[in-house]
Amino acid sequence: MSEPSPRTEPKPPRRNVLLWITGGVGAAAAAALGVPLAGFVAGALNAHPEIWVPLGPVSDFPLNETRLTTFLQPKELSQPWDGPAGKAGAYVRNLGKDAAGIEQFWVFAMNCTHLGCPVTWFPQSGLFMCPCHGGVYYENGDHASGPPPRGLYKMPWRITHGVLEVQAPHLPTLQDTLEHPSKFVQLGLIDRKTTT
Amino acid sequence: MKRTLQALGNWFNSRLRVKEAVMPMLEHPIPKGAAGPKGWWYVFGSASMTLLFLQIATGIGLALVYVPSADQAYASLEYLNQKQPLGWFLRSIHYWSGSGMVVMVVIHMTQVFLHGAYKYPRELTWLFGVGLLLITLGMAFSGQVLRWDADAYWGVSVGAAMAGRVPVAGPSLVEMVIGGPTIGASTLSRFFAMHVFVLPGLLLALLGAHLWLVLTRGISEPPVPGKKVDPKTYDAEYHEELKKGEPFLGDAMVKDALFSSLVVLVVVGLAAYFGPKGPHGYPDPTLIGANPRPDWPFLWLFGLLSLCPPGLETFVMLVFPILLVIGLIAVPFISNRGERAPSRRPIAVLLVLVGGTTIAVLTYAGMTAPWSPVMDAWSKDPVPVNIVKRSTPLELQGAAVFQNKNCRNCHALEGVGGRRGPDLTHVGVRLTKPQLIDQVSNGTPGGGNMPAYGKHVGPAEMEALAAFLVSLRPANHPAAKEALDPNARPRP
Repeated sequence: MSEPSPRTEPKPPRRNVLLWITGGVGAAAAAALGVPLAGFVAGALNAHPEIWVPLGPVSDFPLNETRLTTFLQPKELSQPWDGPAGKAGAYVRNLGKDAAGIEQFWVFAMNCTHLGCPVTWFPQSGLFMCPCHGGVYYENGDHASGPPPRGLYKMPWRITHGVLEVQAPHLPTLQDTLEHPSKFVQLGLIDRKTTT
Repeated sequence: MKRTLQALGNWFNSRLRVKEAVMPMLEHPIPKGAAGPKGWWYVFGSASMTLLFLQIATGIGLALVYVPSADQAYASLEYLNQKQPLGWFLRSIHYWSGSGMVVMVVIHMTQVFLHGAYKYPRELTWLFGVGLLLITLGMAFSGQVLRWDADAYWGVSVGAAMAGRVPVAGPSLVEMVIGGPTIGASTLSRFFAMHVFVLPGLLLALLGAHLWLVLTRGISEPPVPGKKVDPKTYDAEYHEELKKGEPFLGDAMVKDALFSSLVVLVVVGLAAYFGPKGPHGYPDPTLIGANPRPDWPFLWLFGLLSLCPPGLETFVMLVFPILLVIGLIAVPFISNRGERAPSRRPIAVLLVLVGGTTIAVLTYAGMTAPWSPVMDAWSKDPVPVNIVKRSTPLELQGAAVFQNKNCRNCHALEGVGGRRGPDLTHVGVRLTKPQLIDQVSNGTPGGGNMPAYGKHVGPAEMEALAAFLVSLRPANHPAAKEALDPNARPRP
């Protein structure tokens, strides 16, 4: 096991130049590899296009009844092999026409605002209940009891040619709800126009 | 024959030089006490490692069949359970051995803590151990996600909701965790890459460092009351101790091997008896009725988050775990010297007792989850016959209202039903009719535990419901009376 160790002699000055060059080329190689790699990993943070998904003709939604409506996430926000996880749901309630004669709806995401568990609608008592920590909401989405810090997340909706459409939702969380432009837009990190 | 084998071995060894490299490691001296009967305290680390190797072997086996794709994962798990010969057994061993690994790592750490083995000069051994504990828990969580069922889906949703509370960076963190705007294919792939490549790589690297320190700094001698650690003299004392020591390859290794074999037998036995865990519900977020629960290593956190006051919640989610880890890291720096015997370290013993009891109680709370409404109690659990045997028609009508308005989801009758609100079997003794109507109509004053039902219970229904609730008292017990103070409004 006792190999002779290499002799150390004073190095000629050109070795230092080689060292500097190696350092520079090495840094360039690291950057050439690292920057795209970091970009790949951060790819999940890309802006998501604003897409509207049809839920069905307005006449499909009976007046003053809350219904769980399911739909497929649009392909821009999903992957072809999402399987069952590519489905999404919303609680829709047709409120009828307002004073101006315009149809009004409540559209809520299924995620509890406490920790994201799925809430269930109980028409008999007019409550949404969460199975995880017991968050309860009234039929208008307001917080009724339990730990949730706010009411249910409201999904933006519109009616196009008599069809109720919702904006395809991301996973809503307390700082990134569905109601207003995302935090990225608010912080000016993403230009709202490029996302539409 | 023996001579031929020996010659063959020598031929290889003269080229590979393995013996010279490995034998000194196996024969490294350990303190005499650690090779004696007290050596049984030292078997938990090697048992954790044995289970890790079991995880690697069964994990590779599972990877031969499991498809880490959101549309196929569930089907491939069912295929493993139902069709693949012994696929269920492999899944089962992977689950039970993984659970066993968490248990062993925690026991190993507790033993090291109680025996003060983390003190000088083994601070880094402890630090790497803390890293190994965290990665083991990371493996447990990412493994739970790979069991791509409803629990996995909603487990990620809960994790994302917690990450989403981080100030400013929350939304970006959520998207990094789930790999895009929604939980789906990228989420599963991310957790697969973590579970199969990133975390095991880190785990093995840290384990290497941990074992390197076990070899270079040696294992601690069994603690003796009164024998204090002093960094100035410890190295010399330990050196003397090793002179009287015994090689690891001997009694100590036999103890390790025997205990590890027993642990493997227990794991395989549990796996054969209980079978694999899940997959339970289909990972379809639109299927209501999901009742998400984390795997057992995280039930204490589920319990803690449910029981802590709302104002403390974000702190408990985001800051408390960091404080716990900092606390673990700080252990060998706070107490680096002095007594090692548990009999002389009451604070250490107390910490283990309080910490262990807390985790156990929170885990039990997480298992029973009395704070969760029983979502199907209103339609599943009938009103006990005892209660309505002598009821008037109005009271019977009230019992129907009670069930139909989902009251049962949170209120038990004779112990059956939800436990979020109080059991109402004898509520007629506690509250008068006006108080009951007030409570049902307006809920808990100030927006507490009970929602207001005023808009959803009509006058006739309310009359019947109140009659039913007032009738809920033991035989011959008078109904509650209004307190003299008109402002008094007792809680149910």
